[in-house]
Amino acid sequence: MRVTLKLKRFNPEVDEKQHWEEYQIDVEPNDQLLDALNKVKWFHDGTLTYRRSCAHGVCGSDAMVINGRNRLACKVLMKDLGNKVTVEPIRGLPVVKDMVVDMEPFFAKFRAMKPFLINNTPAPDGRERHQTVEDRERFDDTTKCILCACCTTSCPSFWANGEYIGPASIVQIHRFIFDTRDEATKERLEIANDAMGVWRCRTVFNCVEACPREINITKAIGEVKKAILEG
Amino acid sequence: MNYHKFDAVIVGAGGAGLMAALYASKNANVAVVSKLYPTRSHTGAAQGGIGAALANLEEDHWEWHAFDTVKGGDYLVDQDAADIMCKDAVDIVLELEHMGLPFDRTPEGKISQRPFGGHTNNITKQPVRRAAHAADRTGHMILQTLYQQCIKNDVQFFDEFQFMDLLISEGRVAGMVAYHINTGELHVFHAKAVFFATGGWGRLWNITSNAHSLTGDAPAVLLKKGLPLEDMEFFQFHPTGIYKMGILITEGVRGEGGVLINGKGERFMLKYAPTIKDLASRDVISRAIYLEIAEGRGVNGQDYVYLDVRPDVVNQYFDEDGKKNPDGTPRRITAADIDKKLPDIADFCRTYLGVDPIKDPMPIQPTAHYAMGGIPTDADARMLLDEKNTVLPGGYAAGEVACVSVHGANRLGTNSLVDLVVFGKRGGIAMAEYCNSVELPPLPENALAEVQGMVARLLANTEGIPAAKLRKAMQEVMMMNVGVFRTEALLTEALERIRELKKQFPNVYVADKGKRFNTDLLEAWELGNMLDLAEVTTLAALNRTESRGGHARDDYQQRDDENWLKHSFIWQDGDNFRFAYKPVTIGRYQPQKRVY
Ligand SMILES: Cc1cc2nc3c(=O)[nH]c(=O)nc-3n(C[C@H](O)[C@H](O)[C@H](O)COP(=O)(O)OP(=O)(O)OC[C@H]3O[C@@H](n4cnc5c(N)ncnc54)[C@H](O)[C@@H]3O)c2cc1C
Ligand code: SF4
Ligand code: SF4
Ligand code: FES
Repeated sequence: MRVTLKLKRFNPEVDEKQHWEEYQIDVEPNDQLLDALNKVKWFHDGTLTYRRSCAHGVCGSDAMVINGRNRLACKVLMKDLGNKVTVEPIRGLPVVKDMVVDMEPFFAKFRAMKPFLINNTPAPDGRERHQTVEDRERFDDTTKCILCACCTTSCPSFWANGEYIGPASIVQIHRFIFDTRDEATKERLEIANDAMGVWRCRTVFNCVEACPREINITKAIGEVKKAILEG
Repeated sequence: MNYHKFDAVIVGAGGAGLMAALYASKNANVAVVSKLYPTRSHTGAAQGGIGAALANLEEDHWEWHAFDTVKGGDYLVDQDAADIMCKDAVDIVLELEHMGLPFDRTPEGKISQRPFGGHTNNITKQPVRRAAHAADRTGHMILQTLYQQCIKNDVQFFDEFQFMDLLISEGRVAGMVAYHINTGELHVFHAKAVFFATGGWGRLWNITSNAHSLTGDAPAVLLKKGLPLEDMEFFQFHPTGIYKMGILITEGVRGEGGVLINGKGERFMLKYAPTIKDLASRDVISRAIYLEIAEGRGVNGQDYVYLDVRPDVVNQYFDEDGKKNPDGTPRRITAADIDKKLPDIADFCRTYLGVDPIKDPMPIQPTAHYAMGGIPTDADARMLLDEKNTVLPGGYAAGEVACVSVHGANRLGTNSLVDLVVFGKRGGIAMAEYCNSVELPPLPENALAEVQGMVARLLANTEGIPAAKLRKAMQEVMMMNVGVFRTEALLTEALERIRELKKQFPNVYVADKGKRFNTDLLEAWELGNMLDLAEVTTLAALNRTESRGGHARDDYQQRDDENWLKHSFIWQDGDNFRFAYKPVTIGRYQPQKRVY
């Protein structure tokens, strides 16, 4: 099928501001949008720039705004996008070039969440710490996060205030406070309860729709809020 | 000049690089340099599990794991290294759990384990539950957990820096050169040691489970520097890639009971591996699929077969095989179990195939998956300069890029993840010790000259061939001629084609002349690396006139222990190549005929 890709381009070495460019290419209905972008880059315009690696939705490299929605380019098929497709960089992070944004502010937030197990009780020698199947299930959903930033960069509260830790960070907090092996719940809830924490969330659900891992982010945020209220 | 001074630099931030970083940084000043953000590394794509004889669900012993590894590798495994790996595996999986890795759990709260191809109870020969797992995203959880620990321990990262050259002076490693992707600037890292953990090079083939970024940069650069590569003829084709796309469907699907079915509706593995059937080694199954297709039993006469995990089908075969639960009741699987145990697989099928694995079988074909060969190392991850085990002082490698060799001629499923953490850790410790015992060598003169010249050449053309065109041609010839089955004629033809493509490489046109995030330039550079590795892979495959593990020669169908029970080392010297051989270390297990 023949499609028109309307791409928001920006080359910092040449352009003053972003502008649209259109490309017409032939694709298979089952091609990923990433395949279509590759076609443009490989055979039409080598300067087109975006990140990609795994090509099957597990590495989190290629978050973009696709027909107005945050998605991974490798996890959406051309047949589901119609024959005119617009692609822009994700919002709220500085654009480096074309679809590439500066991810540093996003990862800095992630690192500030203490995203690691804190347990100062020595582990049993030569054995695992035990955890029941039910306790493991409690935080299963939030372990799936691939740090793609689709959620945070679709969040109106984040656009309004870039200091807000954002849904991706709250997902990380959730992953640890509901892990029975973690001993830092109090510390984590303090981070979540900060002025730039969970209370900035207005439950607009953009993040849930954006998450390519289908994590129920608003449920996780709700559970963190509840945990704060219950102390 | 952008100059950094460290004790050691680790190149690559997948499982092997991060584990090495955690341990090396305890006693040395270390930087991790990676062309991707660490969490984008392909370790995150690993699905099924990490093998360790924890015996959480049934009797198991690390010696059984070692035997399976040796047999799986068709006796080309160095048995001392396999012993280290399988023994250390038990403690290291527990260590990962202590770091916070959310393994699935047994009803008693222990780490859960599932069966995987080639892993057996050595007495009954039946599949054993050895693969510790976190749903079907075990690699994702390992990558996340190790990255989390690196954050906790303040490991220093240089993200989106691409390694381009190794610096050697006075006969030892003196650092490396990296290209900063965001600015196009070259950076010199002056260091006593460099640790390669750059993963595989599946992108040499056109159907692959590997990421776009897996282009074999490090081994190609080392080859150009006159260093050897080991066992390059051994590359694994995983039997179950999604048809035409190559996306992997984990062996865990067959561990949960899934079966392979040909176009006539037959469970054909009964013929090829009567004892463990669909859980035979990968090389065996990939060849079986290839033969079924060649003999006209693909589905609808096409070049694919089905992987079927529909509950009614699986349960029927459980009954036929007399499979029982530990309590003696017949083994059963439900649709809910599949969604619970294989959520990502179900999601891939629905997203990319529009097929629901609970209701429909999945079309699959073998996909280029794993490099058994690579940078030769010893069991402390030290790089070797020759077949006599001479080490390159300050050079280290671990993970898929390295050849220890624990995988021999064919890697068993779940053994890569073990390899990463075991040898990443050992190498990290050994490297820190080395750094504390030597002075920083001087930088070689004109440390940047090589890379500057190369970048300038790639940018010089004002017209020419797109890199993608050459890349596609290379990938196709590698798939057709240097794939599951090989012959002298196929390989000779491939070599000619690859050499033609190499001749055209200087005409590649890079359209982007800028400095910021120039992925056009980097893709062209990576293509050059892949062409070099394609050439040595083909040469090594031509050279080995026997069939062993992942290397199946139709014109030499037997394994030939008399002449070929040895590792091959290949060197490049200008346009010439040289081979040498290293004996395999045999331990408890004498080579036997391999039947499953
Ligand atoms: C789909 C899939 C499923 C798998 N499932 C399993 C499984 O269930 N069990 C198992 O044991 N194994 C499995 N494997 C194999 C295993 O995942 C890989 O072999 C392993 O993860 C490789 O890890 P690594 O640390 O060596 O490299 P990778 O994780 O691939 O990391 C490579 C790193 O090197 C960096 N790099 C590369 N080139 C450069 C350069 N030029 N400059 C700077 N940095 C560079 C990258 O940025 C990256 O950080 C699977 C593999 C695939 C593809
Ligand atoms: S639900 Fe909350 S976090 Fe999610 S998009 Fe809305 S405001 Fe942002
Ligand atoms: S929660 Fe989902 S959308 Fe947000 S970063 Fe993680 S994977 Fe991406
Ligand atoms: S390329 Fe990895 S998520 Fe799309």
